[in-house]
Amino acid sequence: MRQRPLWAALLATAAFAGHVSAADLRIGLQEDPDALDPAQARTFVGRIVFESLCDKLVNIDNAGNFVPELATEWAWSADGMTLTMKLRTDAKFHDGEPINAAAVVANIERGKTLEESRRKSELASVASVAATGEHEVVFTLTKPDATLVAQLSDRAGMLVSPKAAAELGAGLGKNPVCSGEFKFVERIDQDRIVLEKFADHWNAANVHIDRVIFLPIPDTTVRLANLRSGDLHMLERLAPSDVAGVKADAALKFESAVSQGYQGITVNVNNGARSETPFGKDARVRQALSLAIDREVVNQVVFEGVYAPGNQPFPPTSVWYDQSNPVQPRDVAKAKALLAEAGVTGRLAIEMQAANNPVQLQLMQVIQAMAAEAGIDISIKATEFATMLNEQTAGNYDSTQVGWSGRTDPDGNIHAFVTCKGGLNDSKFCNDKVEALLNEARTSTDQAVRKAKYDEAGKILAEELPIIYLYHQTWLWAMKAGVSGFVPYPDGMIRLAGVKVE
Amino acid sequence: MLRYILRRVLIAVPTLILVSVFVFTLQKLLPGDPVLAMAGEDRDPATIAFLREKYRLNDPILVQYFVWLGDVLRGDLGMSLRTGLPVTELIAQKLPVTIQLAIMSMFWALLIGIPMGIVSAVRKGTWADWLANIVALSGLSVPNFWLGIMLILLVSVNLGWLPASGYESPFVDLKRSFQTMLMPSLVLGTGLAAALMRHTRSAMLGVLQSDYIRTARAKGLAERRVILRHAFRNALLPVVTLTALLFGELLAGAVLTEQIFTIPGFGKLVVDAVFNRDYAVVQGVVLVTAVGFILMNLLADVLYVLLNPRMRDAL
Amino acid sequence: MTAVADLPRRAPSRSWRKFRRNPAALVGGVVVAFFVAIAVLAPLLPIPDPAATDWGAIRKAPSMAHWLGTDEIGRDILSRMIWGAQASLLAGVVSVGIAVAVGVPFGLVAGYFGGWTDGVISRATEALLAMPFLILAIALAAFLGPSLTNAMIAIGLSAVPIFIRLTRGQVLSVKTEDYVEGARAIGLGHLAIMGRYILPNVIPPILVQATLTVATAIIAEASLSFLGLGQQPPAPSWGSMLNTAKNFLSQAPWMAVWPGTAIFLVVIGFNMLGDGLRDALDPREH
Repeated sequence: MRQRPLWAALLATAAFAGHVSAADLRIGLQEDPDALDPAQARTFVGRIVFESLCDKLVNIDNAGNFVPELATEWAWSADGMTLTMKLRTDAKFHDGEPINAAAVVANIERGKTLEESRRKSELASVASVAATGEHEVVFTLTKPDATLVAQLSDRAGMLVSPKAAAELGAGLGKNPVCSGEFKFVERIDQDRIVLEKFADHWNAANVHIDRVIFLPIPDTTVRLANLRSGDLHMLERLAPSDVAGVKADAALKFESAVSQGYQGITVNVNNGARSETPFGKDARVRQALSLAIDREVVNQVVFEGVYAPGNQPFPPTSVWYDQSNPVQPRDVAKAKALLAEAGVTGRLAIEMQAANNPVQLQLMQVIQAMAAEAGIDISIKATEFATMLNEQTAGNYDSTQVGWSGRTDPDGNIHAFVTCKGGLNDSKFCNDKVEALLNEARTSTDQAVRKAKYDEAGKILAEELPIIYLYHQTWLWAMKAGVSGFVPYPDGMIRLAGVKVE
Repeated sequence: MLRYILRRVLIAVPTLILVSVFVFTLQKLLPGDPVLAMAGEDRDPATIAFLREKYRLNDPILVQYFVWLGDVLRGDLGMSLRTGLPVTELIAQKLPVTIQLAIMSMFWALLIGIPMGIVSAVRKGTWADWLANIVALSGLSVPNFWLGIMLILLVSVNLGWLPASGYESPFVDLKRSFQTMLMPSLVLGTGLAAALMRHTRSAMLGVLQSDYIRTARAKGLAERRVILRHAFRNALLPVVTLTALLFGELLAGAVLTEQIFTIPGFGKLVVDAVFNRDYAVVQGVVLVTAVGFILMNLLADVLYVLLNPRMRDAL
Repeated sequence: MTAVADLPRRAPSRSWRKFRRNPAALVGGVVVAFFVAIAVLAPLLPIPDPAATDWGAIRKAPSMAHWLGTDEIGRDILSRMIWGAQASLLAGVVSVGIAVAVGVPFGLVAGYFGGWTDGVISRATEALLAMPFLILAIALAAFLGPSLTNAMIAIGLSAVPIFIRLTRGQVLSVKTEDYVEGARAIGLGHLAIMGRYILPNVIPPILVQATLTVATAIIAEASLSFLGLGQQPPAPSWGSMLNTAKNFLSQAPWMAVWPGTAIFLVVIGFNMLGDGLRDALDPREH
């Protein structure tokens, strides 16, 4: 028999591409996570991996309410200065160490004291934490802090094995030992992170997957092609332009949830000499720009209508959104009138920084075209993220198109950005009234009281516009039709308990 | 012979020192504070101060250079700012991937380039020569990254024949490793094939005109034998040295190809590191690439001497 | 001395005849001339504004209204292709201009004076050559900040060592020629010898290399723009058009097809032209 030519052999093998074993779940991520140590991690994709790898004290449900995870119940003291938590008694770390009050104390202290820790500001209000029983801990605060439970529902509340932490120190990220439904197997940088089912997990009966493999694939088209070809079972952050195609494909399923974060334009209103412009000094000019933008069209053109137009730090789906302050329609005539009122004659030139990626730049070009019709000429300055932040903190900018991934507690979306000494307040906006309202909202544990204060502050911010809110991203997931039991959450995480794969 | 090699190695030393200076300064010129990016969305001031101290970013630049150089000489390339992993470990992880890609690309390049070069030289002026030249020119002129995108569109998105991205080690799953590398290696191989074809052709043309080929033909040897035994063996010399040189360039060519096919190799490592301002990684990768390039040059020179009897006698 | 004076004058005419008889070179020349023409005439051509958006015509396939289709915010792709030609050609020519302007003097000096000067320049050149061209360009472009001008500078600087090395080699082969020795004997200064007797002999190979490097530089500019380090929006360049297009490969493949084809054509044009020049200027007969 004649040998088949090489190319024929290649195509023949190629036709069987994409075979994977049935108990595996392969998930495509948009980026490669950073260090896999909850105390050091800082990326969004890292949190997706932690959701399977590391249990935390508190979890959220898909409406954003706090629900038990490692802590079964918790209670505030009347003065809001202590938080008492009871722990579940059947939980273990991946190395077999028990989860008890001492482990919680060790972890909170690690978060507060480890030099490399990025949890310090999240735990700043915790004065001390003490074990008051084998499975009970008490947090004592320096001042009332309504946001603490939210912090404990994220990386600050994730527990790592104290034994492993003592051995590995800051090197824990190379070989993380947590207590989640899945335990760490291996990681190849920029290629894959492999986890396997943890048989001793308290919720193991509800876990139907043997191995999870996270694969960072930055290109959205390539990520989707991998899903279609069967190399992935699921992917996060589907491109909006691919939504229609996925919905039309019977072999695929689509899920979505509006995020907790926002995207907007941060304006330099008070940060050095570059704020001394009509745009920085006169709120009417900022209102004009806001009115010149048709948020609905932006959403249709750039995001195929799948994101949520917005005008507040909270998405319209959030309980914290002020319904009495809806998104205003575009009004070019009014924008021009406001500019005239502010004494702007001729065309107004503004420089705007934006992240250097095609989607953000597409957004910027749409905004640029819209603003031009109102007499505002935006020059786009595409910048790498590190440089952009640098310029922003240094006050070397007019405005930046930038966003925030969002926090479960409303305080996390607003306080640090618009209070006078806020750590993320690069516009250096400072307003006594807003300051007072946001500080008060922090200390109360009564949701109605807090909501009233956020609404009131929001009204002032909508006039002053240090941040012009534009839209809220929607988390988009695509998966094989054979994947069932996935529930979309507004935090964009992938929770695998209950998920089955055919 | 040995003395010649030694001399070549000695000349490489100042070059390497200069490379280290260039690599280091280049990195320090990059704008944007890596620490701000590393501190996370919350930008905690305590974290920022700590990171600056830890990565010695507060020291004078000259001190930073010598500390770095000292570490490098001891085989320590520092820690990645992004992942906290040692750079040497990252490089050890990525280098085999890119070498595999380079070897497969070179395989295609040799498979396509050399026969095409021989045919085109032997059949000079015929349609076969024309065709080969046009193919080679096209191979040189097509932007690699575009070819990659088009292949993904056609082969993966529309036909679904090959995975669009990813990598598997050949020691884990040979078939899959081959599948994932097929498109990237073809993309990378086209440009090389073109360069090899053109060099083979001109080397063959030179040899075919020489006296001893005329003599061989006059002796009535079969044409096939004349071409393969006599002409090609002599034309091989410049081709071999070129191949060694091209290997060095392959490391660089892998930059965009790996980016497009999401191959966790050297090229992707360095581009991502530039964008993340991951100083230590960029320095480490460029340094290792430069050393590899210099070694390949050295190898090319040595091969040239070894394969060329006249040169060998002269030394 | 007469031989020296005759040399530069006679060579071009013979070369021109050789060039004219080479069909590939002529085709290359025509392709390059075509792209140069549309780039120069872009403001005069009856095409829509390359920045004019149309929310009602997002990613429309080629049609009579838009011959090459529209892009992600409803702009006419034909118009953007034509204006993009300006960016690509400019990038190719200017960056090579930078490389020649910096590289040739260094190469001349290194080759002419030899010794220590040569040693330092040659080691530095080797060191630069050892760093991958594209990685060097990416790092430089990132350092300078993303813009077309900076991309040109980055590419130009990265290509400098090629010209240093070429010029140096050429000088070495020329400097022992009789007419150079003669010039030295009659007491001409270094500058005069370099300018009058050495440089003219170095120019032909530089011209060939420059033409071929323009081809490489155009691809390099496209690569940088593809990574977001070149031409900035809303101004078009073929590379940045590809950068956007890769997000819409399945919905709007034409967005990726045209810019890639244009890069391919213009680069092949420069390569054919360069090959033709090399054959025409090569003193050896094949």
